[in-house]
Amino acid sequence: MTAIVHDQVDERKRRFLIVATTAASAAAAGAVAVPFLASWFPSARALAAGAPVQLDVSKLEPGQQVTLEWRGKPVWVLRRTPEMLAQLEKNDALLADPGSKSSKQPDYVKGPGRSIKPEVFVAVGVCTHLGCAPTLKKEVGAASDMGKDWPGGYYCPCHNSRFDLSGRVFNGSPAPTNLDVPPHRYAENVVVVGEDAKGA
Amino acid sequence: MAVLNKPPVTGAGRMNGILTWVDQRFPLVALYKSQVAEYYAPKNMNFWYFFGSLSLVVLVIQIVSGIFLTMNYKPGAETAFASVEYIMRDVPGGWLIRYIHSTGASAFFIMVYLHMCRGIMYGSYRKPRELTWIFGVLIYLCLMAEAFFGYLLPWGQMSFWGAQVIINLFGTIPIIGEDLAIWIRGDYNVSDATLNRFFALHVIAIPMALLGLVVAHLMALHETGSNNPDGVEIYETMDPKTGTPMDGIPFHPYYTVKDMVGVAVFLIVFSAIVFFAPEVGGYFLEYNNFVPADPLATPAHIAPVWYFTPFYAMLRAIPSFFNMQVWGVIVMGAAVMILFALPWLDRGKAKSIRYRGTLYRGFFAAFIVSFVILGYLGVEPTNIWGEFPKGLPVVGGDYVATWVARVLTAVYFAFFVLMPWYTAKDQEKPVPSRVTF
Repeated sequence: MTAIVHDQVDERKRRFLIVATTAASAAAAGAVAVPFLASWFPSARALAAGAPVQLDVSKLEPGQQVTLEWRGKPVWVLRRTPEMLAQLEKNDALLADPGSKSSKQPDYVKGPGRSIKPEVFVAVGVCTHLGCAPTLKKEVGAASDMGKDWPGGYYCPCHNSRFDLSGRVFNGSPAPTNLDVPPHRYAENVVVVGEDAKGA
Repeated sequence: MAVLNKPPVTGAGRMNGILTWVDQRFPLVALYKSQVAEYYAPKNMNFWYFFGSLSLVVLVIQIVSGIFLTMNYKPGAETAFASVEYIMRDVPGGWLIRYIHSTGASAFFIMVYLHMCRGIMYGSYRKPRELTWIFGVLIYLCLMAEAFFGYLLPWGQMSFWGAQVIINLFGTIPIIGEDLAIWIRGDYNVSDATLNRFFALHVIAIPMALLGLVVAHLMALHETGSNNPDGVEIYETMDPKTGTPMDGIPFHPYYTVKDMVGVAVFLIVFSAIVFFAPEVGGYFLEYNNFVPADPLATPAHIAPVWYFTPFYAMLRAIPSFFNMQVWGVIVMGAAVMILFALPWLDRGKAKSIRYRGTLYRGFFAAFIVSFVILGYLGVEPTNIWGEFPKGLPVVGGDYVATWVARVLTAVYFAFFVLMPWYTAKDQEKPVPSRVTF
């Protein structure tokens, strides 16, 4: 048996081994965490459930709105009347982002209507504030219970965000951007939500 | 070997033999003496000191009732709501276990809020008890997470939309927000995947962290000893004959017995709520949560359960700037996180509010009032107090309640941010060297 004498201990070597072991263990622990954290991303089944949905818009009455379910979220398809479309042109001064510059929408929807076919408005019915579902208040004026100056639109009951009938947010609402317009295309009279228009 | 040197246990009659056997293998007597029988607590602790032990009692209630709920609860978007109704209607005594658990959630927050209020009033967060305070704030954070995850489990309308709103708070973070929200949900929307992971967090992950933190909180407390309503350190005046604090009494039997009286009173009130008014007018159990979750229809009025509403009112009051709405989230987060800084913000000489001056008392009163009114506003819709007339400058046309909430948010933060100034400037009274009654 040889007794260990303190001044024979190589302190530098010992410190190196401690640092190297700690660093290697930390790297290994970090690498092991990756699959666990990755397991929180949507599963293959959840991704597959995000498939497109369809609706025949010729069956909609003027002024009628139908709600589809796409990726678990409501998607509105609203058939607007000529009066509604005319009102949209006059809303600019009331709106936070009339040109939808900082809002999420595909390149092929432009202008105040934010739609491919002017009369058919397609939007994700989820408030851009904190994800509640706004309700349709399409009547102009006091009939919607929104005050006599109401130009028609959507109202979010959670935090009072207001949008026009193109989903554009009115000034003074907590929602920062207009409602999202999902990717969509038409096959004759059938709107396909979740797929981009060809050639766009 | 230490086993042979340790003296045998005496004074336990027939149990002496078995206790000696255990004590020679486990620090039984040493732990009992240091933590219970010879742990000296100030003799002037008043009723405010009930809420610490009562928090522990509620924790045990929640763990026991929670274990029994999981035996019949089935996580999953298709099964959750029905299984809760099954517990309520078909499981023998299931309604009682569930009402105990739902009432316990609110009771936990009442006890913890009163316990924290005590700590602030008597300066229990001050040196040398900073770590006890920090462990306590971490417990509070865990408790909020536990309550939030648990609230999704019944899969009612408020479960769903409450989770929707809170997860979307993370979506407001610039650049990564949207992917972060999808990662938390595990789907494009709050869904089955979200429910199952929240279940795992609620029944395993957070409770384990909570228990560990409670142990750390108590260990730190027992290292420094308890504070008291005078904010006087009892270990600075020792009895030369016994070597124990002049103003201290053993935790057992004095405070164990006193705390049992508190437990009895608490259980009377707790049982009255469980048996006669478990919903407490929609405050403990929201009426909309008796409707199954519907991702396509938001209830007309969304409010979190009462214990989150002061912070929710702050969130709602902050408008979006520069096309970003992250500010409300930042303010809400800061309102909780600023508690960690409390020990270093206070520059007063006196710990307890008893010896503070009018400045501190004014700020403290304003802080409590702002917290309570914010809590009320967070429950109600923003239009509750109507709008300002259109013609007024700045506030014209805005909701009155929104502006009240903004002012109260400023008051809440003023208590903390101005503390280094007003505690230093305050005209304090002389602090006695011994405790008073």
